[in-house]
Amino acid sequence: MADDQVVLLDVLPSSFGMRVRIALAEKWIQYEYKEENLLEKSPLLLQMNPVHKMVPVLIHNGKPICESLNILLYIDEVWPHRKFRPLLPSDPYQRSQVRLWADFIDKKLLEGVLGDKLYYGGEKLGLLDVAFIPFYCWFYSYETCGGFSVEAECPKSVEWVRRCKDVESVSKSLVDPLFVFDYVLQLRKRAGLE
Amino acid sequence: MGELTLIATPQSSYCARIQWTLKLKGVEYEFIEEDLLNKSPLLLESNPAYKKFPTILHEGKPLAESLIILEYIDQVWKHYPLLPHDPSDKAIARSSAKFADEKLIVEVWEAFKSEGEKKEKAIKAAVESLATVDKQIEGKKCFGGERIGYLDLVYGWLAHWLNVMEEVGGMKLLDKESFPSLHQ
Repeated sequence: MADDQVVLLDVLPSSFGMRVRIALAEKWIQYEYKEENLLEKSPLLLQMNPVHKMVPVLIHNGKPICESLNILLYIDEVWPHRKFRPLLPSDPYQRSQVRLWADFIDKKLLEGVLGDKLYYGGEKLGLLDVAFIPFYCWFYSYETCGGFSVEAECPKSVEWVRRCKDVESVSKSLVDPLFVFDYVLQLRKRAGLE
Repeated sequence: MGELTLIATPQSSYCARIQWTLKLKGVEYEFIEEDLLNKSPLLLESNPAYKKFPTILHEGKPLAESLIILEYIDQVWKHYPLLPHDPSDKAIARSSAKFADEKLIVEVWEAFKSEGEKKEKAIKAAVESLATVDKQIEGKKCFGGERIGYLDLVYGWLAHWLNVMEEVGGMKLLDKESFPSLHQ
């Protein structure tokens, strides 16, 4: 695997991109990061993801993998034993459950699943934690623009966020919430909302 | 390998996928037919987050979402593997399946039930999507190559239901000239 060429096409504030960055960091995978401009997509992006033209796209030795959850599954399959343990459980039933919840998260935010566990993955960071934590960077923006407090609504989630940020791969890969907020303001301006 | 139950409605293409999969793998199972208007307590108990079909119960453990079920079956009953072995081919297949379920099916349904200008737009979108699907199967006997695989099961409903939907919905999405590969 020493000759692996890994490239990530992404935009910094993207929560979906952040998931991939965390997974790559968790697995100590070296990669080249290419920032995309969503208003002027690069020829590489258009070539690698012609159907949806979206980020993130992981390019491994020239082959493109699209969609953040797909990429996470791929990373776990190709580099399962990096850092001693895979992101997904090995039992097929548990894997299916994790994937079901990951899909569900993509459709809705969820508080109940965490329960009393430390992480969605149990004792250690797992796929669901990686999938979910990037949305934390957007909480500040949601709160300010939406006028509500995440801490008040989902206290368990806030605790979990604190625990995730203690993990090095997460804190290195998460983007400053204020940076995201700036980005959101720009988008809103462009959409004529400000 | 444990007791397997499939709770489903026979009309649904998502359910059909699972039935075809189980048939290909030669797995015995119990089929419980559900009425969409009268969901049974067994279903609601085993599938609280979704309350949808199909749901399977394997050794008492519930699972939902046809694509997730498909992969689970593929992992537990390893003979006649459905998904490609190579991780990047697997990723491409999963992407395609997502496209089928989140884009194509939605577009076809829209074309089917809408009227007038909305219908025109929907037809156009569906045709475009079908074109990308057609490309995937170009020159091959099945999506899986020589034998039926994951994507054939995912897109299988096209062979079955599309004709009917076209006739009833008054639209033509798939014809021999535009999509020779898919038509086969």
